[in-house]
Amino acid sequence: MTVTIIQPKPISFVAPVVGIAGAFAGLFVGTAQGSALIGVIGGFVLTAALAFLWLTVLRNERIARWVTTLGMAAAGYLTGGLMGGLVGLIFGWLFGWFIFWLGEGRYRAKLPPYTTPMQVFLHFGFRVLCGLIFFFLITPIVVVMPLSFNAQDFFTFTPEMLRLDPEGYSLKHYRDFFTNSDWQQAMWNSLSIAPMATFLSVSFGTLAAIGLSSEHVPFRRAIMAILISPMIVPLIISAAGMYFFYSRLGLQGTYWGVVLAHAALGIPFVIITVTATLVGFDRSLTRAAANMGANPVTTFFRVQMPLILPGVISGGLFAFITSFDEVVVVLFVGSAGQKTLPWQMFIGLREQISPTILAVATILVTLSILLLSTVELLRRRSERLRGLSPG
Amino acid sequence: MKLTKTLLATTALTVAGASAHAQDMADSMTLVSWGGAYQESQHKAYVEPYLAMNGGVTATWDESSAEAVAKLRAMNEAGNITWDLVDVVASDAMRLCDEGLAMEIDHDELLAPAPDGTPASEDFGDLIVSDCFIPQIVYSTTFGYRTDMVPAGTEPPSSVCDVFDLETYPGKRSLQKRPIDNMEWALYCDGVEKDDIYDVLSTDEGVDRALAKLGTIKDQVVWWSAGAETPQLLADGEVFMGSTFNGRLFSAIAEQDQPIGMLWDMQSFDLDGWIVPTGLSEDRLARVLDFLRFATDTQRLADQAKYISYGPARASSAPLVGQHATLGIDMAPHMPTDPANAGNIHIYDYEWWADNRDDLDAKFQAWLAQ
Repeated sequence: MTVTIIQPKPISFVAPVVGIAGAFAGLFVGTAQGSALIGVIGGFVLTAALAFLWLTVLRNERIARWVTTLGMAAAGYLTGGLMGGLVGLIFGWLFGWFIFWLGEGRYRAKLPPYTTPMQVFLHFGFRVLCGLIFFFLITPIVVVMPLSFNAQDFFTFTPEMLRLDPEGYSLKHYRDFFTNSDWQQAMWNSLSIAPMATFLSVSFGTLAAIGLSSEHVPFRRAIMAILISPMIVPLIISAAGMYFFYSRLGLQGTYWGVVLAHAALGIPFVIITVTATLVGFDRSLTRAAANMGANPVTTFFRVQMPLILPGVISGGLFAFITSFDEVVVVLFVGSAGQKTLPWQMFIGLREQISPTILAVATILVTLSILLLSTVELLRRRSERLRGLSPG
Repeated sequence: MKLTKTLLATTALTVAGASAHAQDMADSMTLVSWGGAYQESQHKAYVEPYLAMNGGVTATWDESSAEAVAKLRAMNEAGNITWDLVDVVASDAMRLCDEGLAMEIDHDELLAPAPDGTPASEDFGDLIVSDCFIPQIVYSTTFGYRTDMVPAGTEPPSSVCDVFDLETYPGKRSLQKRPIDNMEWALYCDGVEKDDIYDVLSTDEGVDRALAKLGTIKDQVVWWSAGAETPQLLADGEVFMGSTFNGRLFSAIAEQDQPIGMLWDMQSFDLDGWIVPTGLSEDRLARVLDFLRFATDTQRLADQAKYISYGPARASSAPLVGQHATLGIDMAPHMPTDPANAGNIHIYDYEWWADNRDDLDAKFQAWLAQ
């Protein structure tokens, strides 16, 4: 068997494969135009015919790809205006590339020459599957973003928006968020509750993890199970229990009540991450420190803490997000004075479907991305400085 | 009909009802309502002027009316009442009153009389459906439809029975996910006289008949549970017509300029009002009663109609209903109680539903799941 890496593939293979991809794209176009079935069939026939035409009749890749891109863009523009043209342009470019990538056998270029067709299929099948999962996870979040710039008070892509008409877009929902006292109060409440709850969970969680990792503590496993239980017990049960318990203590409906409740929810995350980091911690270091005259507190802050810090920080991050995202417990334990952002969003979604919620969601998503990227960059920087990665 | 008596009342000047014993009153209140435009109208019409008159007092809103009964039960059990005044629909007020969770009120003693001296109990008339209930507004559940989706060459829908007419008006409908109103509309459109609806519905055959009528459109129905859903579905063009509260439709049509038309035929009247939870401390109770006397007087109820198209519950408020606060349109023609709109109304029978609710809910849910 000769080693042929890149060679043209038979049209009987290329046309159906391109057709399947075309059917998938047609599914979306068809659904948007009213009939998914016609879209699927039309997409299949159109793209398969294109593949046949380009690969057997006109074998000039350059011209063929330009024609596909511009042709689809024009067809899109005629049926769906500016937005349709844009979608057509992207699809046209994509299919022009796909037909020749497949037809010329270029897809094997980066694979070892000895791979069997089955292995090639699994290789790309796996990638397609990953792409679909990614698409499935991300789409609901991405769809929210353009909708938050809606000029109307509904969750609707208006005809103006689809035409990319500036009239259809507005920042009024962002203005509403920044000027409406309910939303501002909610944001302020969230920002004052979450850091305090995080501080308490990190302090208690780290101490508990260190204590529970030393061997001479009796009933370690039982204590660990109890501390982790808020993660396992359904949230609504914890919330109802806390409601009646805190009411008797006079904590229900107070700032400290909500902070304590959120700290209880955050502690398990800190315990788990810190316990995991402590596994790699060498206990002889604390003995060495003690040997040199450091008392336990100094040992903790100077020796142990810096080494387990990554676990503490990621536990703290989880605790912060738990408090910041939490809606069930705060509905019970808080009163109207402790209305947090998720609570306000929950009300807004139930009573008035207002795109202000989408604006808030967009802001929060952007903030989370920034926060997580910052943490990741800092982590890489410190790894590079410590010489752990070639960076 | 006493419900529409509100329209016939005479005009008179207002008397501010607030009497001040500021020294022994709490200086904060937690008010519970439904959120959205409705709560906003209460805030503008009652709370802002009250706070302006009483410096140092603060009011916090809690948008929990939808689960008021459950939460008040929990608060009572925990012995920790954090709410001072709760806005509920009439049927919830009756339940809370029966369970002793809402305070019984002497309406004439605690509420301001009408400007002409008519005692409060007469001014509210038979809208006081429970001893604990202080009515605020009359609202109705009625239908809206997309004006641009009416088939060409057809008259727009004008009767509630057009909901069941899929041939003339094809398209999806949205209906509330509960038997109340839907069963009555179904029987009415199946040829039952309005006065006989509850007699027919009291028999098993009647229930089957109503469900069978609903069954004719079942596969075209989107079921809703929150008031914001139908306006959203109409704005999206996802449904051709759907039921919702008349104030929501007014907001979508007049404030949001959506291509939506409104049906007033067989609109279903309902009431919304305040209850005071039992077990408040003396200073909090004094503050709430002071606020309540102010917030339910003739002028305040009329003021609320500037912000939302719900009819004030006092007869003496109707002549004072003016124009929309920002749009400047006359609000009276948008009130469910306006004579032009109230030509053919459906008054839902609280007592009948209180007796039959559980049974019909079960049958309705079973039918939905079929």
